[in-house]
Amino acid sequence: MSELTREQVRHVAKLARLDLSDDELDRFTGQLAGILDHAARVSALDTDGVPPTAHPFPMVNVLRPDVVKPSLDRDEVLACAPDARDGRFRVPRILEDEA
Amino acid sequence: MTPPEPSTPSTPSAPTTPSETDAPDTIEVGLDGHADGWELVVGLEVHVELATATKLFCGCANEFGQEPNTNVCPVCLGLPGALPVLNELVVEYALRVGEAFHFDVPAQSVFARKNYFYPDMPKNFQTSQYDEPICLGGHLDVDGVRITITRAHMEEDTGKTTHVGGGGRIHDADFSLVDYNRAGVPLLEIVSEPDIRSSEQAKAYASELRATLEAIGVSDVKMEEGSMRVDANVSVRRRGSDGFGTRTETKNVNSIRSLGRAIEYERARQIEVLEAGGRVVQETRHWNENDGQTHSMRSKEEAYDYRYFPEPDLVPVAPTPEMRAAVRAAMPELPAARRDRLVAAWAITERDAAALLGTPGLADYAEAAVSALEALEALEALAVDGARGGSPRDIVNWVNGEIAGHLNETGSSPAALSLAPAALAELVGLVAAGTISRNQAKDVLGEALADGRRPARIVTDRGLAQVSDESSLGSVIDGILAANADAVAEYRAGDDKARKKKRGFFMGEAMKALAGQGNPQVLNRLLDEKLEGNG
Amino acid sequence: MSSSDSDHDRDHDRDRDLTSRSAAGLAAAVRSGEVSAREVVDAHLARIEALDGSVHAFLHVTADGARARADALDAQRRSDGPESLPPLAGVPVAVKDVLCTRGVPTTCGSRILEGWLPPYDATVVARLEASGAIAVGKANMDEFAMGSSTENSAFGPTHNPWDLGRVPGGSSGGSAAAVAAGFAPLALGTDTGGSIRQPAALCGVVGVKPTYGRVSRYGVVAFASSLDQVGPFARTVEDAALLLEAVWGHDPADSTSIPTPCEPILPGLERGVAGLRVGVVRELTEVDGIQPEVSAALEQAVKLLEQAGATLDSVSVPSAIYGLPAYYLIAPAEASSNLARFDGIRYGLRVVPGEPGSANAAAMNGATRHAGFGAEVKRRIMLGTYALSAGYYDAYYGQAQRVRTLIIRDFDRAYEHFDVLLSPTTPTTAFPLGDKVDDPLAMYLSDVCTIPTNLAGAAAMSIPAGLDGSGLPIGVQVLAPGLGEAVMFRVARALELGFGFAARARPGGPA
Ligand SMILES: [Zn+2]
Repeated sequence: MSELTREQVRHVAKLARLDLSDDELDRFTGQLAGILDHAARVSALDTDGVPPTAHPFPMVNVLRPDVVKPSLDRDEVLACAPDARDGRFRVPRILEDEA
Repeated sequence: MTPPEPSTPSTPSAPTTPSETDAPDTIEVGLDGHADGWELVVGLEVHVELATATKLFCGCANEFGQEPNTNVCPVCLGLPGALPVLNELVVEYALRVGEAFHFDVPAQSVFARKNYFYPDMPKNFQTSQYDEPICLGGHLDVDGVRITITRAHMEEDTGKTTHVGGGGRIHDADFSLVDYNRAGVPLLEIVSEPDIRSSEQAKAYASELRATLEAIGVSDVKMEEGSMRVDANVSVRRRGSDGFGTRTETKNVNSIRSLGRAIEYERARQIEVLEAGGRVVQETRHWNENDGQTHSMRSKEEAYDYRYFPEPDLVPVAPTPEMRAAVRAAMPELPAARRDRLVAAWAITERDAAALLGTPGLADYAEAAVSALEALEALEALAVDGARGGSPRDIVNWVNGEIAGHLNETGSSPAALSLAPAALAELVGLVAAGTISRNQAKDVLGEALADGRRPARIVTDRGLAQVSDESSLGSVIDGILAANADAVAEYRAGDDKARKKKRGFFMGEAMKALAGQGNPQVLNRLLDEKLEGNG
Repeated sequence: MSSSDSDHDRDHDRDRDLTSRSAAGLAAAVRSGEVSAREVVDAHLARIEALDGSVHAFLHVTADGARARADALDAQRRSDGPESLPPLAGVPVAVKDVLCTRGVPTTCGSRILEGWLPPYDATVVARLEASGAIAVGKANMDEFAMGSSTENSAFGPTHNPWDLGRVPGGSSGGSAAAVAAGFAPLALGTDTGGSIRQPAALCGVVGVKPTYGRVSRYGVVAFASSLDQVGPFARTVEDAALLLEAVWGHDPADSTSIPTPCEPILPGLERGVAGLRVGVVRELTEVDGIQPEVSAALEQAVKLLEQAGATLDSVSVPSAIYGLPAYYLIAPAEASSNLARFDGIRYGLRVVPGEPGSANAAAMNGATRHAGFGAEVKRRIMLGTYALSAGYYDAYYGQAQRVRTLIIRDFDRAYEHFDVLLSPTTPTTAFPLGDKVDDPLAMYLSDVCTIPTNLAGAAAMSIPAGLDGSGLPIGVQVLAPGLGEAVMFRVARALELGFGFAARARPGGPA
């Protein structure tokens, strides 16, 4: 199932917004292939008609009333930020096609 | 295998190259009013911000226009460790939408994570619904045509970025500033099928959708403030063909009118590209109100991979029969029924009724004014010489005329008008009673809209009240006729032309004597009586 | 010998005495007035001061806060009487650094959160405070709870108090080591695939992974949301129950929190196991590379329970062998999404590459995540991103979620015939530091016995079951169905009595 190429690993790193050095790319390509080989054992099980489990304890309709609660203090919030200005979080310029 | 297509794109994306044989022999004028052999195909994706007190997954206030980053908490800031809990009112609103648009509400719907990086998204995933939305397969009838609505689902809004430097343009900006007050505000995304065939139909659909959402009280549906956002998926194809062309998605449309313009622009642009032998690129485009054009924002050459998976921090929503029955029992009147009722009750035209329903809050305003007018007249009927005669139609004329014009100019909303509905009723009463003329009433209305004084007060302040009292007006006329006996004689001897001229002269003299405040109807009648008959 | 020397010796003896007592014993002593909360805290802080340089169980010691809290409890006892004290008043506790603590550094063992001061407390931290327990520090851990040795901490590994050249297990290695070393009688950890039970086994302490949804996850920095669960470490089964009962129960801030009332554990703890049916899980006993002494300890556990009146038999949970591969698809997938928020914008590290002003937001994100995450975290983010990506979702993530259903069904079938199940906690005792760092798969295999419980959302705990030939602790695991904590603890208590495990780690040498 897993013919993992270096190019695929590079693509996945881009999706994950993770810069990788050439060295890391090489290492991860080998390691991920090994792990995926092991993980691919799940395909050995016949799961026809078996529903997926997203939650071990099935519950529904966990809801809260529409009642306002206090928000955080802005100074405390912005004190955590690497860079803030005018009450907002400052980021380097955004390229529209980044998303 | 891949998961189903994200967000149910309204038009399949496979490009179909138009071939010569697709073109019909004779070109007819299509439903869209064009006779160029091309057919427009439009699907609309509408995002509405829901009018709740709090956000979708936390207790922060859902308010527009607050100081940046003051309505934020660990949950909506995506702080490590924070967890979402769903707002029950959002579910109720979604179920109202389900009722209003005849949706199927599946037994269970689930939230999913849509993963992509963007600075306005605190968690770098959007909590949305994907393959199991709360509403599926609804419809809306617009001018006798049924538009299928694929789905409606709940999701969270993003924060707001401001680009600083570079003239505010995103690419040239020096840096950006992010405010997360809007992050986590509840949205409902309502996606139509590509059933729309003209820009007029798109406008009518969006307008009816807006009126319906307003009627069921789930949103304030202000396109200008972004609480209702309409994105248009537009493609064109040769008339008679049943494949789909490559579509573009146009964003940043801030009014119903702009929606029509943007679609027409895209239609023309795509046709030009195709007729020049080019291909339409599947992409997101940005409508610019100022130059009246759409501009390419980003290419979808490399398709996004949102890696949707079920949100493990939330459990499914399973609307119970009780929840649905409660929503059904509380459903208010929908726009179509309301239009019919107003036409019948007020003796107004379909067109007038549609105009009232076409602007958020306007029909409510008119109904409140009509109620006030009825109350006023009930009171005055008790008085000995209470004047009656103001009608709902008078109210509607003012509302669809001067008031709608004022709203257009100022961008204000009916609820924010300084002229209360009762004050409009008072104005109509003043005209009906003959206290002021309709022309004077226009001025009074203008002042009332400007400074909020009551019309009766303006009439008093400006000494505008008409003299309608017959005996005072009668004596003024008597004096004028007596002082101009020659003219009276000439009038009586003259032909029609001469009589008309003299009559105008008498009327002018009377108005002069009354400083313009004589009731013209009463004056005319008295003048006729005195000149013609017994006087 | 001068008088100050003899004072010093007496203080030293007293400290050792206090740091070897149970939480229940300390709470009783504080209540009775035998010792003050301040003395208890000072004794533990002194031991940390003396020995944590070699163990490195803590990333951050909250000495001032702990003393102030102890003084406040002592003042409360004086003014309002001993009855006013909450149940764990004066008992020191170590808190895994994955739990948000307001105004106290919370790093998750990662550079990317270095210096972050959360503006809020996790629900369990607030409940801990309300119980009177006193947090003495934030415990070391594998970065973002990803690992089985605590070697993935960005701030250096924790050493096993039984043998400083060996790992304490992970990811909650700091919590396990703190309890084993006598730095605190109690600790909180988190268990996503065995991160409480495996280090508990390797450090010779009790470690409990409660039923998914029983303990609030609000304020627990997420690794894999559908698997993560907070649980206690202690040196006795009773202490573990005390801590669990202090923090568990419904939390409206966590949508996956179970609303049904918790069946109390302590009242039935001594009821014994007579008449209980105990199944030994074949698939988790016959794992590759299992250490013979571990198998022997399990056999002894079987005998002890039989002697105590339980009925034992072996049972098959066939899909359990697919737990590991399913886990290594599900957990990284959820983690890849949970960890996307660390982007250098709102908190934590920011690295801006290139010339000043030249970078865009995406480049900043990528450089920050490159510099801020360690190798194992990057590996799992990559693995999870891949498992969710277009074209692979169904074969990997989707299939793993279906396998999860099969594992749940197999356990359900087993629990039709048994009240609890039994298995080794880990295939081997503590391995040397550095042994598996370059072989991720070998490292993952040390969680093979613990993972199925997380996938099933059920409860399980590890009990010390003696020492191997090298003097290293062995653990056995008691598994129970969801919400079966009370019966699970009864069995654990019976094993505790049977094994009579009283050996103590001596990280400072034979003191
Ligand atoms: Zn919030």
